[in-house]
Amino acid sequence: MKLLAYLRCLAPKFLHRSQVEEDLEEELRSHLEHRANDLQRSGLPRAEAERRARVEFGGQVRYTEECREALGGTLFETLGQDARFSLRVLRKAPGFMLVAVLTLALAIGANAVVFGVLNGLVLHSLNVSQAENLYGTEYGIDTGFQSYPNYRDLRERNRSFESLAAWQFAFVGLDTGKDPSRTIGFATTGNYFDVLKIRPYLGRLFHSSDEHGPNSAPYLVLSYAYWHSRFNDDRGVAGRVVQLNKHPFTIIGVAPPEFRGTLFFASPDFFMPIVNQEQVEGENRLEARGNTKGVFEAFGHLKPGVTPAQALADLKAVGAYLEKTYPKEFAQKNYSLERVGLTSFGRAVRAFMAGLTLLAGLILLGACANLGGLFAARAADRSREVALRLALGASRGRIMRQLLTESVLISLVGGTVGLLGSIALLRRLSVWQPFPGASIHIPVSPDATVYVIALTLALVSGILFGTVPVRQVLRTDPYGIIKSGARTTGGRRITVRELLLGVQIAICAVLVTSSMVAVRGLVRSLYGNLGFEPRNAMLVSTNLAMAGYSGHQIPTMQKRMVAALQTIPGVERVGLVNNYAPLVYASASRTNVFKEGAADLRPSNVAAMPYRYDVSPQYFPAASTALLAGRDFNWHDDKNAPSVAVVNREFASKIFGSVTNALGQYFKLQDGTRVQVVGVVEDGKYLSLTEDQQPAIFLPFLQSPASQSHLVVRSSRDGQQVTAAVRNKLRELDAALPVDTETWNSMLSVVLFPARVATMSLGVLGIMGAMLSITGIFGLAAYSVSKRKRELGIRIALGAQRVEVLRAALGRAVRLLALGSAAGLMLGLLASRVLAVIVYQATPRDPLVLAGVVLSMALLGLLATWVPAQRALSLDPSTLLREE
Amino acid sequence: MPDSAQILPGTLDLLILKAVSLGPLHGYGVLLRIGQISDQALLIEQGALYPALFRLVRQSLLKASWGTSENNRRAKFYELTAAGRKRLREETDGWNRLATAIASALATRPEEI
Repeated sequence: MKLLAYLRCLAPKFLHRSQVEEDLEEELRSHLEHRANDLQRSGLPRAEAERRARVEFGGQVRYTEECREALGGTLFETLGQDARFSLRVLRKAPGFMLVAVLTLALAIGANAVVFGVLNGLVLHSLNVSQAENLYGTEYGIDTGFQSYPNYRDLRERNRSFESLAAWQFAFVGLDTGKDPSRTIGFATTGNYFDVLKIRPYLGRLFHSSDEHGPNSAPYLVLSYAYWHSRFNDDRGVAGRVVQLNKHPFTIIGVAPPEFRGTLFFASPDFFMPIVNQEQVEGENRLEARGNTKGVFEAFGHLKPGVTPAQALADLKAVGAYLEKTYPKEFAQKNYSLERVGLTSFGRAVRAFMAGLTLLAGLILLGACANLGGLFAARAADRSREVALRLALGASRGRIMRQLLTESVLISLVGGTVGLLGSIALLRRLSVWQPFPGASIHIPVSPDATVYVIALTLALVSGILFGTVPVRQVLRTDPYGIIKSGARTTGGRRITVRELLLGVQIAICAVLVTSSMVAVRGLVRSLYGNLGFEPRNAMLVSTNLAMAGYSGHQIPTMQKRMVAALQTIPGVERVGLVNNYAPLVYASASRTNVFKEGAADLRPSNVAAMPYRYDVSPQYFPAASTALLAGRDFNWHDDKNAPSVAVVNREFASKIFGSVTNALGQYFKLQDGTRVQVVGVVEDGKYLSLTEDQQPAIFLPFLQSPASQSHLVVRSSRDGQQVTAAVRNKLRELDAALPVDTETWNSMLSVVLFPARVATMSLGVLGIMGAMLSITGIFGLAAYSVSKRKRELGIRIALGAQRVEVLRAALGRAVRLLALGSAAGLMLGLLASRVLAVIVYQATPRDPLVLAGVVLSMALLGLLATWVPAQRALSLDPSTLLREE
Repeated sequence: MPDSAQILPGTLDLLILKAVSLGPLHGYGVLLRIGQISDQALLIEQGALYPALFRLVRQSLLKASWGTSENNRRAKFYELTAAGRKRLREETDGWNRLATAIASALATRPEEI
C-alpha cells in the first residue's frame, strides 16, 4: 500500500518532471500574491506589500527543496547524482576504465557472435508453419541420401508422418533465351509445397496432381530472390517458357520471399518436379533402388500425437522391411530422424557450436575473473577515499550503491561496445561466401534475442564482479586507515583475486595451446601429401547434359574437350574425372567390391567399399598422382575392351596383400563385372582431410560415361591466362555449354572449411584470452608493487639486489603465471584430442606446439610485468620513506 | 502576527487537517483559517506550510486540485480524503488525551499526593 502510494507519487514526478516543478512554483507564487493582496488592502503600497510577503514566507529556496523531498522520488535524483559522480571518478582513472570496458567488450562481443550463430543455425527452426514437428529422415550411416524407390516405400509404409515430401539438388543450366547460366535448384516431389503449407507469391505452385509419371511435369517455380534478380520482378513471368538443360519448362509461379528452401546453408534458385529429373540430367537416377543419390532428404510433419521416438521406431521398421526385401541393394543401414534445415550436417554443426559456446563461456569467465580483480584492486586503492567518506558520515549503503553504479556504468558501456562489434561481425558473416561457385550463406542475423542476451550477460557479470569489493568496504575501519594508510593484509594467504587470476591464466593457456595445435594441423594439411597436387592445377567443371548431349555423344565430346585443352600453350597435362575430383565438395562416392571367387553378390559378402573414380587416360599425371606399378589407362580402354582398373596402394594391400601381387588380379563389381587390376597408384585423401587411409579404385571413364565431369588442367602458366584460354577453346567447341573454372586449391576450401573455421575461432579466442591474461597479470603485479612500496623501499635502503627486489615485488604474479600456464597446457593437450576430429593431423604431441605455448606464455608474462617491474626498480627509498 | 505562540513540533499536520476539514482551502487559505480558528494565537512560518501540505498529499490524507480563489487567482485547493478524515479523528483523540493528562498533571497540588 505504502509502496503503491510511493510509486504513484513517483510516476508523475519521473515522467513529467517539469510539469511538477511548474506546479510547485505556481503554487508558491499564488501564495505570495494572495498575501501581498491582503497586505495591500491593509494600506501598504504594492511594492512594499510584495516585499513583506516574501520576507514573511521565509527561505523560499529551502522550502522549495523541502517540498521536492516531500513529493518523493528522490531515488532517481540520487541515481543521477551517483552516475554523474561515477563518471567524474572514472574519468580520473582512464586506464582502469579502458581496461575494464575493453575486457567486457571482448567477452560480450565473443559471446554475442557465438550466440548469434547458435541462434541462427541451431536454435531457430525453419521459417515455415508448424516447424516444431517437421522432421527429416536420414538413411544410412552418415548421410541423408537415399533412393527414390526407398522414399516411395517409406511414404506408403510409414504410419507416423502426415505426408512425406522429398527433394534433391538439381545443378542445371537455365536459359531464358539470352544467356545460359548455371543455377542450383531443388528437384522436389509434387507434394513438397503442400507438406510445407507454402502459398505462392505469384502464379501457382505444383502439386502431387501434376505428376503423371516420368517427365510429365515440365513446370518451374522460381524462388523470390532469383525472380527478383534474374527476372527483375516481372509480374507477368508466369507462363514464360525457359530452357533447363535445353528442355523447355514453363514457369508457373514464384515462391514467397520468406521461403528459401528446406536447407539452411543453400537457397535454391528454383523448384522443379523431381519426376522430370531424367529429362534434365540426361540419365535416370530415380528408378534404381540402389542409387542412393536419388533423394537428398525426405521430410514431413509428424501426425498429431506421434512422438519423435514412436516415429523413429516406425522408420526403423520400414528400414528392416527394405533390408529384407532388397538384400542386394542394402546392408546394415538404418533410419534416423533429424531436424529439417541442417539435415545430416546437424550433428557436426551442433558439436562444433557446443565447443565454440564452451570456449566463449570460458572467455566470459576469464573476463569476469579479470573484472573482479580489477574492481578489487581499485577498491583497495580507494580505501582512503572510502574511509574519508565514511568518516564524514556517508552511509555504507550509499557508498556501496556508488560502487555498484560504477560497475553498472562500465558493464553498460562495455556491453554496448561488444554488442556493436558483434553486430558488425554477424552482418559480415551473413553475407560471407566461403566457397567459390556454390551459393552458400550462413543464416545469421543479429536479432532482439542476441541484444538482450548480450546486455544481460554484460550487466550480470558487471554487477556480480563489481560487488567483489563490497566485503572490503563493509570491513573498512575509517579511523585506522586514515591514521596509518592502507596496509597489505595477510602475507601468504591466497586471495580470491589471485585464485581468479590463476583460473584465468589457465583458461588462456588452454586457448593458446588449442589454437596452436589447430594452426599446426592446418599447415600440415595444406602441405601434406594428398595423393595429388592441387597447386598449379585447374578444375574445369562441365555438365554436357546442360548443352543437350546424351548417350554416346557424351564420351565423344569429352574426348574432344581433352584434346582441345591439350593444345593450349603452357598446358602440360589434361585429364578428366567423372562427377567430382577428390576432395571437391566432399562428394566422393563408394562402390561395393567383391573377391573374384564370390558367387553370391549380397552385401554381407562385400570385400571392400572403396571410393570409385571414373577417369580418363592422362588423369594421373595431370593430377600428379604417382603410378607405383603397372600402366595408366589409354584411349583403347573403352566399352569394347575388357574391364580394367587402377587401384590405390591401400586397396591393393587390403585385397591382394601387396602392390606387386595386385597386378593382373581380378575383382568383381556389384553388377558382376570382372575387373582386372592393371595399375597401382599412391594413396591419397578422397572425401575429407581427416579420414583414415581409404581404399580407392579408378575405372576408365569410357566404360561408364557420365555427363557431369571435371577436367584437370595442369599448367605452369599464370592461372588467369590459362582460364581465359580454356574458356575460349571450349566455346569454340560448343558455345552453349556453361563452363566453370576454379583452381583445385581453391576448391579444397570446402574440405578445409571446418578446419579453417576451427582454427580461426580458436585463434581469435586465444588472442582474446591472452589479452585478458596480460591485463590481469599486469593488474596484480602493479597492485602488489604499489601496495608494498614502503616494504620495497626499506629493502632497497637495506641494500637488496635488483633480483631480490623483483622477486619480492613480482614473485607471486610470476608463480601464479607458471602454475596457471602449466595447468592450462595440460588441459589444452587433453582438449586437442577433441580437435583432432575437425582438424587434420592435429596432434598435441608436437614439440613445436609445446615450445610455442611455453614461449608465448612467458612472453605474455614478460609483457604484463614489464611496467610494474620498472616501477619497483626505480623506487627511491629516501623520498619514499620521507613521504610515508 | 503579534502575541502568538510557536506551535509544538508535530502539531502542524493536525492543524492543517483540522483547517481543511472545515472546507476546501488553498495554501494561503489554510494559513488564514488556522489563524482564525486559533484566534491568531498560533504562529506558523508561512513557507513551512507547503512541505507539510505536500507530505500530507503524498500520504493520501489530502487531495489537491487546481481552482480559482475568491479574488480570481489560480490556486491549488486542498480537501480531506476519507483517510484524512479518519486520521484527523485519531489525532484529535490522541491530542485530547495528552492534553487532559498534562493538564491534570500540571494541576496537581501537594496535598493530593
